[in-house]
Amino acid sequence: MTAAAQVADQYDDAGQQRYAATLGMWVFLATEILFFGVLFASYAALRFQYDQGFAVASRHTDMLLGTLETGVLLTSSSLIALAVRAVRLNERRSAVTLMAATAALGLTFLVMHGFEYYKEYTEHLIPGIDFSQPGVHAHAVELFFCLYYCITGFHSLHVAIGVVVISTLAVRVARGSFGPHRYTFPELAALYWHLVDIIWIFVFPLLYLIGRGG
Amino acid sequence: MSDLARLLVDASSLAPQVDALFWFMVALCGTVAAAVVWAVLYYSVRYRRGSNADRSGEPSTSIPVELAWTGIPAVLFIGVFIWSLFVFVKMRTPPANAQTIYIVAKQWMWKAQHPGGQREINTLHVPIGVPIRLTMTSEDVIHSFYVPAFRVKQDVLPGRYTQLWFMATKLGDFNLFCAEYCGLDHAKMGGHIIVMRPPEYARWLDGNAASGTLAAQGAILFRSHGCSGCHSPDAAIHAPDLNELYGQTVHLADGSAVIADERYLRDAILLPNQRTVAGYKPLMPSFSGQLSEEELLALIAYLKSTVESHHDHD
Amino acid sequence: MTTIDAAFYREGGLRSWLTTHDHKRIAILYALGITFYFLLGGAAATMIRLNLVNPAGSLLSAETYNKTFTFHGVVMVWFFLIPSIPTTLGNFLLPLMIGARDVAFPRLNLASWYLYMAGGLFTVAALLAGGVDTGWTFYTPFSTMFSNTHVYLVVIGVFVTGFASILTGVNFIVTVHTLRMPGMTWFRLPLFVWTMYAVSLVMVLATPVLAMTLALIALERLAHLGIFDPALGGDPLLFQHLFWFYSHPAVYIMILPAMGVVSEIIPCFVRRRIFGYRFMTYSILAITVIGFMVWGHHMFVAGQSMYASLLFSILSFVVAVPSAIKVFNWTATLRKGAITFEAPMLYALGFIGLFMLGGLTGLMLAAPALDIPLTDTYFVVAHFHYVMVGGSVMAYLGGLHYWWPKITGRLYSESWARAAAILMFFGFNLTFFPQYVLGYEGMPRRYHSYLPDFQALNVLSSAGASILALAYLMPIAYLLWSLRAGQPAGNNPWNARGLEWQTSSPPPEENFRHQPVVREAYAYDEAAP
Repeated sequence: MTAAAQVADQYDDAGQQRYAATLGMWVFLATEILFFGVLFASYAALRFQYDQGFAVASRHTDMLLGTLETGVLLTSSSLIALAVRAVRLNERRSAVTLMAATAALGLTFLVMHGFEYYKEYTEHLIPGIDFSQPGVHAHAVELFFCLYYCITGFHSLHVAIGVVVISTLAVRVARGSFGPHRYTFPELAALYWHLVDIIWIFVFPLLYLIGRGG
Repeated sequence: MSDLARLLVDASSLAPQVDALFWFMVALCGTVAAAVVWAVLYYSVRYRRGSNADRSGEPSTSIPVELAWTGIPAVLFIGVFIWSLFVFVKMRTPPANAQTIYIVAKQWMWKAQHPGGQREINTLHVPIGVPIRLTMTSEDVIHSFYVPAFRVKQDVLPGRYTQLWFMATKLGDFNLFCAEYCGLDHAKMGGHIIVMRPPEYARWLDGNAASGTLAAQGAILFRSHGCSGCHSPDAAIHAPDLNELYGQTVHLADGSAVIADERYLRDAILLPNQRTVAGYKPLMPSFSGQLSEEELLALIAYLKSTVESHHDHD
Repeated sequence: MTTIDAAFYREGGLRSWLTTHDHKRIAILYALGITFYFLLGGAAATMIRLNLVNPAGSLLSAETYNKTFTFHGVVMVWFFLIPSIPTTLGNFLLPLMIGARDVAFPRLNLASWYLYMAGGLFTVAALLAGGVDTGWTFYTPFSTMFSNTHVYLVVIGVFVTGFASILTGVNFIVTVHTLRMPGMTWFRLPLFVWTMYAVSLVMVLATPVLAMTLALIALERLAHLGIFDPALGGDPLLFQHLFWFYSHPAVYIMILPAMGVVSEIIPCFVRRRIFGYRFMTYSILAITVIGFMVWGHHMFVAGQSMYASLLFSILSFVVAVPSAIKVFNWTATLRKGAITFEAPMLYALGFIGLFMLGGLTGLMLAAPALDIPLTDTYFVVAHFHYVMVGGSVMAYLGGLHYWWPKITGRLYSESWARAAAILMFFGFNLTFFPQYVLGYEGMPRRYHSYLPDFQALNVLSSAGASILALAYLMPIAYLLWSLRAGQPAGNNPWNARGLEWQTSSPPPEENFRHQPVVREAYAYDEAAP
């Protein structure tokens, strides 16, 4: 009942096709890291200049929500890994459930970020829209929040894309488009989701934790 | 080609050193280029199709040959790098006895302030044979201070000081250009460097005397902006003493130490509490937006003068 | 139904072209786009040279002049030079040279073309409608806080085109890894394929940095973010570091494919194998890797620390070594050959000369002590035009002539082609050599008007530019004419050894009717049908 892999003209066999698709995804993920790399490099350069200001600014972030978001993303990452396994074992129902749960956790992450953004808005922490802070480090705090919104915004964009992709995937799995011999696309979607997760693992300490040590 | 001779005049102490390296490189690169072009032409003629040249026994690769033409250029390049290193370090290191003149760039003009308080726009008078160090900043975008005859160039950035030094060795009037694209009238943002004999320069300074030296102007600002209210030994508020501070090591509250140079003083005035001095409370208000770039430089000149006057007494 | 469709595709209706997944057709689509943008950028160059004929710059106002050189830079760099060889010759030849039926992701390939054209047309529209006066380098804070031109739109256009570049890179990397035919090991790959692989790595690793940096510029204008703005505590040098982290490797995106083309042309017309194949591949890889570590040599006077400058300087000297190796190997290939001088060979020899001059002057600029007086003057302008125009464009045209019979199945007029190549060489030198002298004399770049002392050399340069313009227009005429009136080319008009010459001209949709067999690099046997 499972769909057999269709091999495109340019490939000799399904194995070659899957290898190509997987390699393509890995190369694409490398470019993603460099996209974020610009933001992390900017962060490093400015934090070097304003170390105290960045520490102060970091304390304005919401530690509780940030930690919960980390938990949510990590959980979702393990669920999508299980979902891919389920596809390969032809357990369609559990695959769909796990993918739906992943997407739901992604959505939860976005909603929690929305709360964070709203809270920061009420605290006048959004540069360009409403920023006013007292204190000697105000301008460094502003720069920190510029980067905070660039980084978390760009990351959330990735989460949102992931939610859409994984939701579509769940529908297609439900329709039986994938199976033990055809699981490249679910696997690639999972790779992408893991990358989004891994990037967050760097974002979280850099933005939320640095000001709270010591 | 008289144009060329006039434009290529080497009018600073650095210029002959730069030129020596330049012409050496021209000779070296020219030799390499000539050799390759000669080889290409020679082979093209000798091995054109139909010629009766011997074509036997030529391998399509030869490791010794490859290693030779990897190694020889590498050694030559490193040699040139080392030569260039010495010249470059000299270009970037002003002599200790250099006299400071302050430059403020803005779209599209160059403003200069002499230590004596004289100001000029798009012209800079300097004495011959005296090392001159320019401390430069910009009020708006990035500019670049470029004097071809001196072979010097340095970008001038907003929000920080960059420096450049030269010692003029020829009298005359030399072109000053802005070399970093800065908007509409970039091409017109030029001027003249006028190199004079020291007595004439002294006369020029006298003839353009301002209301007090730059340091004196800075001293007035130091009082009028209320700096002296805290930074004086008898003030009620406990603030660091700024006398003879310039060039000293400052210990900061976070345990690090910095040299109180022009950049540090600038940051300390504009962003005072970003790096608190050890043993003091972060109480100073920021003067960001209250002082023009020129006033800032006058204040710094004043703070530096407290050291210089001390040395004069030694 | 299939027969009707097949007939439809053979007829080449517009719809079949715009929905094609065939790498050869996509290559031709790219070639049209690239020619279009080249003509636009060339028109801007013509305006620049005409304006500089007299010192007052009386043809254009300062504002228009600034917008014109920005237009020239943006269009030529992102819409002509960077895509030029990889997307046209690369797209056409890469699968043919490795014995594949297509690239790994044909649909993605077409999508890249659409992104490229959309980004390009959007940018050109923005540049023509309002213009941008920041220069192609978008230095902050001028581009973020001071320019009141359409920086957003242009930045968005370049951003979109960046994705076209990235996707092409991903496609090529995967194609080379997965679709090599049996026996086509890495050290049997044609050198052109090696350069395509290297250039794809650079595209994939450098372009995201540019895209993100430009996005930050747009955000900074939109929301006054201040990451690059000193007035808000940001750092304008950070922008320059990020910009050149892309834009220096971008130079290698332009020159590596040119080296690949020349490495194919020379052995063909010398009738000998390339000298030092292995060293040629090592030098390609060395350039790719070290090319990522030299960006700071654009910033010797920008205010970076002296020690950083010295580090970038020595790495810049090091990256010149593999380029030198390549020049020596091409020259050595000529030895003991049986050389003929068809148009592609003339372009290739011209390339060696011009690239060498561009490279050697680059060596001078790698020494900070010389870069200080020379940077931001016409010396630098001459240097990078020698590399990018004398190097990349000559090689692109050489490659276009070399593979034209394969691409179109027709022969062009050899005498016209030789005349154009020779005219181009002299026109180019007349245009750009005087600029070296101008730069050493101290004429800064991006000047709308200049001191009368500089006039003689500027007039000489403009005169050269008019010859160069003519030389660039000639191939358009005789190549198009060859489509109507050219002799049929046959499979292998040059008696070349590459795999692409073993199939018909133009190749069938599946590229090879019978799968050939590889013996070693550039040696193939025809397989039994």
